[in-house]
Amino acid sequence: MNPVEEMLAQAPYLRLDAELTVELLTRALREEVEKTGFRKVILGVSGGIDSALALFLCARAFGPEGVLAVCMPYRESSPDSLKDAREAVEVVGVESVTVDITPQIDAYFAGFPDASPLRRGNKMARERMSILYDLSAEHQALVIGTSNKTELLLGYGTQHGDMASAVNPLGDLYKTQVRQLSAHLEVPESILKKPPSADLWPDQTDEAELGFSYLEVDRLLHFMVDRRYSRERLVRRGFDPELVDRVHRRVVANQYKRRLPVILKVSGRTIGADFRYPRDWGL
Amino acid sequence: MRVGLAQIRPVLGRVEENLKLHREMIRRAESERVDLLVFPELSLTGYSLKDLTLDVARTLRDESIRRLVGESGRIDLVFGLVEEGPGHLFYNAAVYASEGKIRHVHRKVYLPTYGMFEEARHFARGRSFRSFETRFGRMGLLICEDAWHPSAPYLLVQDGAEFLIVLSNAPAKGMGARGMSAEETWYGLLTNHSLLHGTITFYTNRVGTEDGITFFGGSAAIDPFGRILARGERFEPQLVMIDVNPEDVRLARYQMPMLRDEDLELTAREIERIVKRRSEGRELP
Repeated sequence: MNPVEEMLAQAPYLRLDAELTVELLTRALREEVEKTGFRKVILGVSGGIDSALALFLCARAFGPEGVLAVCMPYRESSPDSLKDAREAVEVVGVESVTVDITPQIDAYFAGFPDASPLRRGNKMARERMSILYDLSAEHQALVIGTSNKTELLLGYGTQHGDMASAVNPLGDLYKTQVRQLSAHLEVPESILKKPPSADLWPDQTDEAELGFSYLEVDRLLHFMVDRRYSRERLVRRGFDPELVDRVHRRVVANQYKRRLPVILKVSGRTIGADFRYPRDWGL
Repeated sequence: MRVGLAQIRPVLGRVEENLKLHREMIRRAESERVDLLVFPELSLTGYSLKDLTLDVARTLRDESIRRLVGESGRIDLVFGLVEEGPGHLFYNAAVYASEGKIRHVHRKVYLPTYGMFEEARHFARGRSFRSFETRFGRMGLLICEDAWHPSAPYLLVQDGAEFLIVLSNAPAKGMGARGMSAEETWYGLLTNHSLLHGTITFYTNRVGTEDGITFFGGSAAIDPFGRILARGERFEPQLVMIDVNPEDVRLARYQMPMLRDEDLELTAREIERIVKRRSEGRELP
């Protein structure tokens, strides 16, 4: 059994009808983009599985000429990341550009030599998103997001960085489901197999940093979020109470990252509170 | 009797464009000799309206609505709109039009306001389920969530309906290993209603995506034996056509005489008793 099948065998409730899900996402992505008047999309491709899946979905939705993939390495990024990103781009046959972010990152941190890895990582993520939005205007292409549901719930991403986008096709897919769909769409093996990493410093892996595996947390999130099990019921089902509490705290603590900024109410009709229109208003 | 299920993709908040979409579909259906054409819920406005509700509402006397009703000369029409009723109450409503006139208006009674839905924030609640006469027999209209309340088709059928028309905006959700739970549940409901009540049921569900929510389509016609006679594609705009034989209602109701055997008075008596107890402030046992 391949690794994706092994994971899904342990958590059959996470399994998706891959073909139908891909069809749904492809159509919805196309419609949400095209009704804005854009014919093209742009996205950052890191060499990781999330951006690879987003890239494959975009290529299906808009064809090779409708997608611009951007690789944005930093001098400390793993060389394999760039290699894998380029391979993914090659497989789908879309246009791509590479922008090295080293000069601006190093220039900025020359003024803050003691900046923590967290600050450096966040700054890089925001630099990359800033480039995508700049090139978005240049190429008349809408920015497509690559944050999955696991990351969004855990807040494991950078606000205004990788969490930004106009449309996010992965936001309702857990990491395990991203893996399933990526395997289904035949994303290159090297991307499917390597351990997920934000690649913000050498040898970083998500699972080491988070302290649990994606499969473990996806199983928990499925019952906690989708099935609304109480803490007691989760523990009865065999989840480690410590993990339950830790994950629950993360989900709550990161709610702010999933919402627009708080607006302080003064008028009778405040944006968000009582000025409520669909996002697709006028499209 | 040829029925067309107009599985369209309305444009959110743009009534003029949607009227055009309706007229195009009517022309197509007429050329296919369709007798009755059924559009989905809120077919003139789209679904996720929120504060746009105020802007897209039309009274039934509005010129654009009159013109659309006027299109029902050769073909009976069912369409959905935000109806501005007396007292400036806004309803999620469906119109049955025939021979250039409005024959029946149903205002959605059960407005889903939970989870992803917020209809009761914007709409007033309809107050009745009534069947009505058409040139094909007696019919009843249900709008989406109405069909999730067993009492709704029950009342329509007890009131004489032989056909149920369900206008829907059902979202694609609950993806599992094989298909979506939303779809399975809908076909389960519809086939059960048809079978239990001995009706021919027409279900028109829209397609397209609004604010990331995709409506799955899959419009269907179901016979009184609970068999799906026709089923539209998923996600794709389409005119689904089906020839049905009203004679099937007669056969089904003879073979499976649940309507004959139903004790309406018993039901009424028991409901009266339950209503009385609950109106005295007593909770469910």
